[in-house]
Formats: sequence, C-alpha cells, structure tokens
Amino acid sequence: MMKALAREGRWIAISLGITFAVLVLSILALRQNPLTVFGLLAERLLLKPYGLGQMLYKATTLIFTGLGCALAFRCGLFNIGAEGQLYAGAFLMAVVAPHLPLPMILLIPACLAIAALGGGLWGLVPGWLKAKRGAHEVITTMMMNFIALALTNYLISAHFHEPETIHTAELPVAAYLPQLPMESSAVNASLFVAIALAFAVHYFLWSTPLGFELRAVGSNPTAAKTSGVPVDMRIFLILVLSGCLSGLAGINFILGYKHYFEQGFASGAGFMGIAVALVAKNYPIGVIFSALLFAFLSQAGLTVQSVIPRELFEILQGLVILVVVICQNKYGGAE
Amino acid sequence: MSGLAVELRGIVKRYPRVVANDGVDLSVESGTIHALIGENGAGKSTLMKILYGMVRPDEGTLSINGKPADFSGPRDAIIAGIGMVHQHFMLVKPLSVAENVVLGSEPGASAVGTWDQDGAKAEVARLSKEYGVKVESSAVVETLSVGEEQRVEILKVLYRGAKILILDEPTAVLTPHECDELFKTLKGLRAAGSTILFISHKLKEVMSLCDAATVMRRGKTVGTKKISETSQNELAQMMIGDLEIKEKAAVPYRGEASEVLRLENVSVRGPRDELALKGVSLSLKAGEVLGVAGVEGNGQRELAEVVCGLSAAAEGRVTRGGRVGYVPEDRHHAGLMLAAAAWENMLLGRHWEPVFSTPFRLQRGAIAGYGRKIIADYDLRPPELEQEAGAFSGGNQQKIIVGREVSKDPKILVAAHPTRGVDWGASALIHQKILETKAAGAGVLLISADLDEVLSLSDRIIVLFSGRVMGEVARADAKIEKLGCWMAGVSGT
Amino acid sequence: MITFLLQGLRISGPYVLAALAGVFSETGGVVNIALEGILLNGALAAVLAAYWTGSPWLGVLAGVLAGVAAAGIHAFAALRYKVDQVISGLAVNFLVAGLSRFLLKLVFNSTSNSARVEGLAPWAGVDPFLVLTVLIVIASHWTIKRTVFGLRLRAVGEHPRAAETLGIKVLRMRLWGVLISGALAGLGGAWLSLDQHQFTDAMSGGRGYIALAAVIIGKWTPLGAAAAALFFGFAEASQIILQTYGLRVPTQFVQMIPYALTLAAVAGLIGRSRPPAADGIPYSDEQD
Repeated sequence: MMKALAREGRWIAISLGITFAVLVLSILALRQNPLTVFGLLAERLLLKPYGLGQMLYKATTLIFTGLGCALAFRCGLFNIGAEGQLYAGAFLMAVVAPHLPLPMILLIPACLAIAALGGGLWGLVPGWLKAKRGAHEVITTMMMNFIALALTNYLISAHFHEPETIHTAELPVAAYLPQLPMESSAVNASLFVAIALAFAVHYFLWSTPLGFELRAVGSNPTAAKTSGVPVDMRIFLILVLSGCLSGLAGINFILGYKHYFEQGFASGAGFMGIAVALVAKNYPIGVIFSALLFAFLSQAGLTVQSVIPRELFEILQGLVILVVVICQNKYGGAE
Repeated sequence: MSGLAVELRGIVKRYPRVVANDGVDLSVESGTIHALIGENGAGKSTLMKILYGMVRPDEGTLSINGKPADFSGPRDAIIAGIGMVHQHFMLVKPLSVAENVVLGSEPGASAVGTWDQDGAKAEVARLSKEYGVKVESSAVVETLSVGEEQRVEILKVLYRGAKILILDEPTAVLTPHECDELFKTLKGLRAAGSTILFISHKLKEVMSLCDAATVMRRGKTVGTKKISETSQNELAQMMIGDLEIKEKAAVPYRGEASEVLRLENVSVRGPRDELALKGVSLSLKAGEVLGVAGVEGNGQRELAEVVCGLSAAAEGRVTRGGRVGYVPEDRHHAGLMLAAAAWENMLLGRHWEPVFSTPFRLQRGAIAGYGRKIIADYDLRPPELEQEAGAFSGGNQQKIIVGREVSKDPKILVAAHPTRGVDWGASALIHQKILETKAAGAGVLLISADLDEVLSLSDRIIVLFSGRVMGEVARADAKIEKLGCWMAGVSGT
Repeated sequence: MITFLLQGLRISGPYVLAALAGVFSETGGVVNIALEGILLNGALAAVLAAYWTGSPWLGVLAGVLAGVAAAGIHAFAALRYKVDQVISGLAVNFLVAGLSRFLLKLVFNSTSNSARVEGLAPWAGVDPFLVLTVLIVIASHWTIKRTVFGLRLRAVGEHPRAAETLGIKVLRMRLWGVLISGALAGLGGAWLSLDQHQFTDAMSGGRGYIALAAVIIGKWTPLGAAAAALFFGFAEASQIILQTYGLRVPTQFVQMIPYALTLAAVAGLIGRSRPPAADGIPYSDEQD
C-alpha cells in the first residue's frame, strides 16, 4: 500500500495541483476570496459533523459502484454498467424485502444478498453476450443501464409505487441499517459495509487463487488460456461479480436512509463509479479515497453555494477525471 | 554491368542486444528475380526494412539503379521506385480493390473533394491486365482469397510506379495453387522489366522461380549464387552452415522406457480452417528428446497446441501419459503477463496447486520460496520477484517461462523455439534445463527452426513439412544434407 | 396524420444529427460517448447566443462551435494523450453537465431553465432545421462514399497502419472526424433548445446514447444511422400521439426499444453489426 502510494505520488500530486489551481482561479474570476471559500469548506464541511456526514454518505454509494467498476477494469473488462446494476439490485431488494418475515439479524444479510443478486443478474447478460457471442461489454453494459432505468421506472409507476408517491413501500424496520451519530446527516452503517467490502475485494484479488486467476485474465487472456485458465467462464464470472458489487450500492439509500426505492435515487452514482475506479487506478483500497474525493467535490458545492455557485464544483468533477487520466498516462509510469 | 537495380555495400545495423546486419553486401541485377534466403533471425527482414527506408543503417551505402540513395522514410523509397509487399497484408477490408490500390494517391481529385472512382477502377483494371495480376477491381477486399489479397498488394505497389518489388515471404500464407499463380504473376512482372526481391526460406520455390539467390546467416551474407549454377543442396548447406554435431545429451537415451505421448494420425485445422497438420503419428518416450525440425509455418504451432490440449484434433487421437509443460513460441503473446510481477508469472497455471494455495488463500511464503528457487536455479537477473515481467530482458523473460514449466515436473515438456531471440548465456542455461528435464524422466518435444539446437539436444529428429512428417532419423544417423532436403520438402535419401 | 409526421420529424431531428455525428467519429476510429455532452453544450450555447444577440441564427452558429469545442476536448484527451476513448467521452459528459448548470445559474440565476429565446422563423412553412438536416444527411452520405476525405476516414478507422504506410496522417484524419462529429451534434443540440425556445437542465436527456445505438443499428453508415434515428424518433412520437388518443403504451417500453434493439444487434440476432475494425483503439504515429 505505502509502496503503491509512493509510486503513484507523482501523478496524484500533479493532477491535484492542477485541479486546485483551476479552483482558485475560478473563485478569483468570480470575484471572491479563495480563503473565504476554503474557510467555509473547513468550517462547515470538514469540521462540522453534518457536513462530514453528508460527504461520507455520498462517498458510501460511490465506494460500492467504484468497487464494481474497479473489479471489472482490473480484470480487463470495461464494464460501464454500474448504474443499471445498482438499480437492478436496489429494486429487487426493495420489492422483495418487505415480504420477508425475518428478524433483523437475518433480514439485513438477506437484503444484502438480494441486492447483490439483482446487480449480478444485470451483469450476467453482458457476461453471457461477451463470453458466448463476443459482444463488446462497453456497448452491452451501456444499453443495460438504460434498460434498467426504464424498466424500474415502469415497474414502479405501474405496479409497485405507494399511492400518491413515486417510491415503493417502506421496508420493515428490521431492515434498517443504523444511522451514524453525525447530527442529522444521512451517513449510516452502509459505510462500514462499503469499507469492509473494499478490503475484501483487495484480499480477493491479491490473496486468493481465484482472484489471481481473474487478474491474469485481465493481464493477458492468451497467456491465461495457454496456462489452462477457462477464460470464457472467467469473463462471465468477472462481469457477474462486478454487477454484484454495484448492486449493493442501493443499500446506502434504501437500508440506511429513506427505506424505500425511489425513481432516480442514485442519480448517476453508477456513472460516477467509473470515474471513481479510474482515479483509483482500479485499486480497491484506492477506491475509498477516490470516492471521498468525488463526494467532497459534490458536497463542497452545497456547502459554499452562498458565496459561489455550487455548479462550479460539478465542473471540477468532470475536470478531475480528465486531468487525472491524462496525468496517469503522462506521468503514471508503467501500467 | 548490365545495370544493378539494387546495390547494398557494407550494411551494418546494430540493436541494443544484437547486431542484425553485420557488413552485408547485396547486388541485384535489373530485371531479375533475386532470392534472399536464410533462417529466421538471419537478418533478412532488417536488410529489407533498410532498403525500404523504414530503418536507417548505422554504416554502409545504398544505391538504386546506380545512383546513391539515402532514405529517411518509405516515402523516399517509393519515390525511388521501390515497393514492398508486406508479409502481413496492409489492406482495408471493407473497401474495394480499386479503393485500396489508390488510397492515399487518389486520381482526379476535384475541388469539392471527390475523386475519379471510375477512372481508378479503369486504371486498376489496366494495370491488372498489363502485368497479368488478375483481380476484379470493384470487388470488396474482404470477399477475396488470400492469394487475391496478395495481388491487391502487388497492384498497390505497381500503381505507385514501383520497378523494384520486395516480397517478404510471400508464399508463407498461400496454398500450393495460389503459389503457382503468384509465380506466374512474378514472371510476368519480370518480363515487363521489373526487378523482384523475393524473401523466402523455401528452397524449392527459389530454385524454380529465381535467377539468383543471396544467402544470409547470422547477420552476414554467406554468398550469392546464380540459380543455374547451384543446387538446392548447396543452398541448404549455405543456409545451415558448417555445424559440428555437438553431443550435449547428459544422459543418453536408452530406448526402452515407457511411452509418455502418442499421436495417431492426428490432423489439426489452422487459422484459416485449412488442415495445417495432416495425419501426423509419433511416439515420445520417457527420458527422450524428440526434435521437431522444419521451416516455420509447416504445422509446428498446431502440433504444439494439440499436444498441450489447447486445440482439438480434427482427426486422430492424442494420448498423454501425464502433465504437460509448455514453453510457447511467442512469449509475449502466449507466455507472459508483461504488466504483472515475476512471481505472478511464475505462478500462472500453478496457482491452484495445494503447495501454493488453499481455496481461499495464496500461500505467499511458499510462492516466494518457489520464486527464489527459480531465481537461483536460472540465475534470473535482476533477482527481483516483484519486478514486472516486461522489464526483464528477453533471455530472462524466457527463463521465467522455462522455470515455471520445468518446475511443474511435467511428464511431457513441449518447448517451441525455446531460445529464439535469447542471448547466448540464457540459451545455454535453457538447453541445460531441457536436458535435466529429460534426465528426470520426462519426454521432451523440442520444436525449433534452429537446426543446431535440434541436433545438439535431440535423441531422435523428425522434420515437418507442409503439415506432414517428411522423415525421421536417430541423431547419430542424422546428416545435415538429408535434413536440409526434408526441410525444403524434398523426400528421398 | 400530418401532425404526427411533423411531430415525428421534429423529435427525430436531433437524434438524426447526433447519429450522423457518431458515424463520422467512429468511421475514423474514435468512439464518441461524448455525444451526450456535445448535444448539451450545443443546446446551451445556442440559447446563450440567441439570448445575448437576439438572433437565433447566431445561436445555431454558436451551437455548432460549442459542439466542436466539446468534441475538441474529447479529441485532445483521446488522440493527443491516448486516453481511453470511453473514459474521455464520459469525462466530457460530466464536464459539460457541470458547465451547463454553472452557466444556467450564472446567466439566468436558475437551476432548471433559461429565459425564453426566439426560435428560427420557418422557411415557407418548413422548419429550417429540417431542411438543413435533410441536406446534411445527403451530404454525409456523399462525403463518406464519394470523397477522398471519406475514403481516407474509412481507411484510418479500419486499418490505420495500412493508411499510414500510404502516407495518410492518421491522427489528423481522426481529429477531423471528431470535430465534424462535434459540429453535427452541436447543431443537433441547437435544434433541441431553439425548438423549445429555451435551455433546460440536462435537456439532452440521453439522446446522445440513443444516437450511439442508432449508429450501431445503422451499421456505421450515414443513411443507416439516420434511418435508425428516425425510427427511434417516430417511436417516441407515436407513443405521444397514442397517448392523446387515450391509448396508453408505457413510455418506458418505447424508451427501451433502441437499447433492446442494440443488444440484439451486437449479439448478432438481427444481422451482423460490425464496427470499424480499429474503432476505439488509440493509434500512435511512432514506428514500432
């Protein structure tokens, strides 16, 4: 980990430097004092439990989808379907969980399993199309995203919505994940699930024979095949596992915050997961930090909108992606 | 002099690890078909790249049609009237023949950006007729056969006005019938005044087609012969050189051990669905090295893959007596994960073995111990298990692969061109490891285009030609001349 | 019936332009997921220019230029720095989404929509956009099929190394492909916003992605992609029409048509749909 940080230090420093410079220049261009803005950020976001909690809440969803993307990218598959996998998992969980007469200790694990299953099912289609028909995963996962959005919208509006609302029935209280005591912020125990999962994915990829094998498929599928790895089966598995991880992202909102599925609740967290994974160079532990960065940018806008338009920080999110991938290519050394 | 189309003098080209051309001379008379022959790695490709302006020589001079030339890129060579037909075709498949031919030099470009499509078709048809290069100018390239694609490449070169044509192993991808067609075309071009440089290692073709042949070996020219004044055997001798058959086998084969591999009438389909291996039968005994000699592309890859179980036999039966270790011919493509650490490459394919992992945990200690043993046994440099495979030299990369495959304790070891592009020290070590594997009781199938290697390690030798076994001989009885004939597709004794 | 036809054409227009944009970029070998962002940028710039100058035609021009600018960012990252084309396209989409909201806030002090602007006056009762688009469809087909530019663009998208050995500058050709793509999708964006007389947040609404689907279904040809885009547009229009007659077809099913068809196409279920061979693969000019 430390070695990785030392190796990656250069592009991280350069890209953060560029982003910071752009931020300062933009604030000056808006005729505001950067120090005022940074003071506000420190005071209301980093030092105030509510601000920090909201940032951690946003980071939680991004860790799940970031992990889903990172796992697939690490194994050589450009799965950009996290958005759809997220919705598939969340929806399945939200409509099945209310019907499970289980105590909390069983219900929460069951919910996690269902969410993962839903996401995994959504990854299964591109996996099958790739392994059996050679269809490129970028196209298939992207199409599956939009199908998931449209399909869940339809199912909710036609069958599963509560009267007068656009969301599903609330989950039983036994399925609630506890909120963390950070004022009224939305951050909840899902954060710990996400962090634990990051370490689990790291362990899986670097310390188990199956994880090793999946990375080998990503590194050189021909060499893996020559060494006896069933590459087609593994491609299938990678896309399903990746879908499972993104499928879990919905628990943050559904089990930990609002307790129901609502149309468009994740608003792009799946797409943002792609950026989170790339900035983390597809290291699962790195995903935690990268998710924090994007959550910070997202929350920072809200925090300082009394002084500058919060949309400035949305631009910065896009800029960070571009600057980082360019710097990685230019200064990132091998890999 | 009746006019030299090409004259190269004292060409030297050094690469970081190897001298590809070491004082090469080549004179090609105008209006002739001149063969350039030699084993892989003899320096033919480098020489041709120099002639085509793709590589600049470190020393030496070029003259074209008597005029000194100094090319800074293919563009200059094209202007000087040189054209290259690449071994791997450079064709845009969804475009038509005419479009491919004129691409980049489209005729009749107008102010609004259009070009003369009908004129191009007519011009291509005219060239096709004039030089006897038969191909339908409006056909889409992806519907063409390989032979026709090659004719499109030739037309591309002619369209740009080339009078000197370089053909890089043009027959490697052709069926016998397509070869005949190509030869007719080339003879027609010669009659029309073109000069042709024909790179090959198929001596029979050279004898029937060419006017003269220059032989290269290890970066040097061995000599040039008029075809009318030489024989196939003499050329084979020049290619192979004066090998002394060295006894390297540490443990002589006793000829009574059990069989570890048997192939009965095995046929395998190649990349274009043709039969690349045709009815091959062979038997490999424990403690034996069976050398498979032959010019590359005669079914060796298919043989290796069917023995390793990577491709299925179209006909016949393969019986293996145990685990197979495989050193593939293309280490970057099929052997290594270049971006992964050395230890990961050593582990690949063995990662499920109980020594190295439980189902839920890689045994890092055991893996590191295993890696350090390979480092020590193979003198891997630098001795770093964490270094990425791509950062090792070619010889050390090959040591990683051989180390991995040999340490599997295979009953059968398939080694395909195990020392190609590998420095001398690593080669010697790899040879020693192959012999140790044999001594440990495995059967070794050694596939190599390097006759020296085959002769020095094998107990028994077969020669593959065109997917068939041309002949088999015990090492003690092997005669270079005979092997050379077999390699060139000439049977008999 | 006429209303349906006009409605269908109006809805289809931006799809058709964006699909043609996709064809130009991908024919040259550059995957263009940035279409979504380019549309949005064009839509925004058109309204801003129309708002400031009072001239919708200057709005159209601004939309085209803004499209070229957004495409330029994509090209800069993907061609100059060899960033994966999918990534750089997504980054442009994020960037433009943020930028458009930022300007919406700054100029119109709103989070949802701009002030109203003048649209294009019809030419003899016909929407000028419609005329332009028909001309552009024909011109695109002609450019790809008949011109030197089109021939070379196809060559660099299919086999860049071969093109280079014949003296064609691969990266320059690809850059032109992407910039033309930006101009067309920018025009599509201008149509989108000027037709509504205002810019609304995220008004591209996934049209860029549907256009990509149309490119695939249309097998990477201008006429095919335009036809697929028309089909998608009319599917949307028919659903709206049906609704006014009280027949309820769930919107979502109509929305899904392009995506489901695309899945079927890439799975080889409705004929073979094959992208240019070098589509999405970065190219280095250096000799190896």
